Amino acid sequence: MEIKSPTFKNNSAEALKDVNLQKALGKVRTGFIEKRAQAADALPEFEDLRDRARDIKDHVLDHLDLYLERYTEKVEAAGGHVHWAETAEDARNQIMEICRRLNARTVTKGKSMITEEIGLNEFFEQNGVTPVETDLGEYIIQLRGEHPSHIIAPAVHVTKDQVEEDFRRAHTQFDPKRNLDEPTTLLGEARAVLRQKYFDADVGITGANFLIAETGTSIIVTNEGNGDLTQTLPKAHIVVASIEKIVPTLEDVSQILRVLARSATGQDMSVYTTFSTGPKRDDDPDGPGEYHVILLDNGRSSMLGSDYQDMLRCIRCGACMNHCPVYHAVGGHAYGWVYPGPMGAVLTPSLIGVDQSGHLPNASTFCGRCEAVCPMRIPLPKMMRHWREREFERNLNSATARYGLGVWAYFAKRPSLYQFMTGLGMRTLGLLGRTKGRFKGLPLAGGWTKYRDLPAPEGKTFQQQWAERQKAKRKEAA
Amino acid sequence: MTATSRERILAKIRTSLGRNGEDETRRDTVAERLSAHHKGIIPKRGQLSGKDLIDLFCKMAEGVQASVARISSPDEVPAAVSDYLRSKNLSQQVRMGADARLAAMPWKDQPNLEVMQGRAEGSEEAGVSHAFAGIAETGTLVLTSGNDNPTTINFLPEHHIAVVNAADLSGDMEAVWAKVRGKYGEGTMPRTVNLVTGPSRSADIEQTLLLGAHGPRALHVIVVEEG
Repeated sequence: MEIKSPTFKNNSAEALKDVNLQKALGKVRTGFIEKRAQAADALPEFEDLRDRARDIKDHVLDHLDLYLERYTEKVEAAGGHVHWAETAEDARNQIMEICRRLNARTVTKGKSMITEEIGLNEFFEQNGVTPVETDLGEYIIQLRGEHPSHIIAPAVHVTKDQVEEDFRRAHTQFDPKRNLDEPTTLLGEARAVLRQKYFDADVGITGANFLIAETGTSIIVTNEGNGDLTQTLPKAHIVVASIEKIVPTLEDVSQILRVLARSATGQDMSVYTTFSTGPKRDDDPDGPGEYHVILLDNGRSSMLGSDYQDMLRCIRCGACMNHCPVYHAVGGHAYGWVYPGPMGAVLTPSLIGVDQSGHLPNASTFCGRCEAVCPMRIPLPKMMRHWREREFERNLNSATARYGLGVWAYFAKRPSLYQFMTGLGMRTLGLLGRTKGRFKGLPLAGGWTKYRDLPAPEGKTFQQQWAERQKAKRKEAA
Repeated sequence: MTATSRERILAKIRTSLGRNGEDETRRDTVAERLSAHHKGIIPKRGQLSGKDLIDLFCKMAEGVQASVARISSPDEVPAAVSDYLRSKNLSQQVRMGADARLAAMPWKDQPNLEVMQGRAEGSEEAGVSHAFAGIAETGTLVLTSGNDNPTTINFLPEHHIAVVNAADLSGDMEAVWAKVRGKYGEGTMPRTVNLVTGPSRSADIEQTLLLGAHGPRALHVIVVEEG
C-alpha cells in the first residue's frame, strides 16, 4: 500500500477535523480499556503470565533459526509446504504461483495484517484474482476502498450509519427500501452475502497468530469463525506468517493465549482458537486439499540483535493503541502505513525506514501506558526514543527541531543558567496569566494552543519546588 | 549453486544473532525445550475436581453465551438434542459425523428426529459433534477433525450442539495437550483442533457485541455426567 507516513502531521490535522472519525474514536477511549482491565483483574496470575510470555518469546528469538528449521520439518511431515519469502514481493509471487496453478479466480481471506504489509489485495486485483475479505470489519473497509485503521478492529473508524450507506451501495441485490437501522441486521446481511463466497472461493488465505515448532501447526484466533470457513472450504489453504510467530510447544502457546485475548478485547479466550496442521487427510470428509505456509522475513531478521529485537515479541493484540492518547486523537490512518499506534511507531521505521516514518516515533507523549499494558512487556517508549536518536544522528529532523534542541541543549548543559532562565520564564508567564489563569495563544506555541489553552504556571518551576521541599524535609529531620 | 531463500533467511538470522547454527549447546537447548513440554504458570481457577470442575466448566460456558444441559448418561443425549431443537423451534433434523460414541446412542428412540450422516454442506439448521475434551478454566470445548467429527459441523450449521463427557473435562489447556499426545503421538496433531469458547460473534460495528457472525448463531453444550 502507498506509504503516507511522511505526511503524518497533515494526516493528523485532517483526522482531528473529521467528525465521523472523532465520533467513532470516542468509543475506543472507554470500551477497550475497561474490558481489558476487568479481564486482567479477574485473573490473579495475569502479571506472572506476562513475564512468562515475554520469556518464552525471548527464548524463541534467541534460537529462531533452529525453531524455524524444526517447524518446517514438521509442516512437511504433515503434508504441507513451506515457502520462504525474503521480501514482500517474494511472498506475493509465491502466493500468485499457487493461485495460478489452481486456476483460482476468487480468494477468500481471514483477517491478516501481514497480507496488508505485503499489499496482497492490490496485487491480486492487478492479476485478475478477486480477493474477498471475510472478517466483518475487513469486509466493511474493503467495500469502502480503505485499509484497516486498527490491527484487531479494522473498521473502528467507521460509524454504523456509514456501514449502512456502504451496504446499500454494494448490495444492490436486496430491496433498496429494506430497514438497516439495527447493527444486527447489518451483520445478518454481511453473513448472508459472505456465506456464498466461502463456497465460491478456490483458495483461502489466513494469517497466523502463532506457529508451533513442536508440531508444525499454525494458529488463528478469531471471534467470528470467518477464518475457519476461509481455510476449511476451498481447495487450498495458504497461511501467510512472519518468521517471529514461532513458539516452541503447545504448552508455550497456551501461556501466551491467556494474555492475548485479555489484552485485546478483554475476553478470557477468543471464541475460536484454531490449530491447523497440514492438508486434508485420508479419512477427512472436509478440509483443504493443499496446505501452504509463506514464511515472511521482510526485514525482521535484521531487527534481531538490534535495539529493536524486543519488538519481535509483539503478538498484535492492539492494547498499546487502545491505551494511546495519540491514537485516541487521530486514529490509525494518520500513521500512514499498515501498523498504527505505539507498536506501529516502533515497527514501521524498522520495516520501511526511519527516513519515511520519522514522525511516528515522535507521535508520543511518553506517558508510558503502552508499555504498562503490553502483554509481552515490550519497552515501546524506550524504542521510540532509540528511533528519535537515529533520526537525529542521520540529520532527518526539521531545521526548527534541530535548532530548538540546540538551544535547549545549550541551557541544559549550564544548570544554573537553565534554572535562572526557566525561573524567570515561569514568573513572567505566571504574572501575565494571573487574571485568566490560562493562555489562548502564545508566541512559538501555536501548535499547542490551537487545540487547547495553556494553563498559566503558578510561579515556581519544578526544580525550585523540589529544592524547597528537600530543604523543608532536612529541617524536619534536624 | 546459489543459496535458496531459506538458506539466506537462516543465514541472516544467525548473523544478526551472532550465532552459529551448528552450535551443539543451542541445539540441545531447543531439543530439551521441545521434548520437555514445560507447563509454565497454571491459573488456580480451573484446578478443581469432581462436581466443582463440572460446575466451573458450565458456569464459564454460560458466561460466554453458550447454553448448557447436564445429563447423567449418553443414552439421554438424543432426547436432549430433540428437546433443544424443539425449544428453539427448529426442525427435528441434525447433521453428524461417524463418531462411535454418538453412533452408540439410542437415536431411534426419537422417531421424529432425522440424523443425517457426514460433513455439513451449509444448509443445516443444526449439527452435533462429540468434543474431544473441555477446559473448565474458560468454558472451552476442544474438537478434533476427522471422519468422526468433521470440522464443517462446527461452523456451518446455524446451531452447533456439542456433547462432552464430564470425564473429559480438565482444568486447563495444558492438560488437554497431554491427552492429545496420548492419542495422536508426540509432535503429531489431528489436521484441525478447534478450541471453541461460546458461539460466533463480532463487535466490528461500533464495538457493539453481536452473536452469530459467520459461525453458528448458538452453541449448545450437553455435558454427560456418568457414574
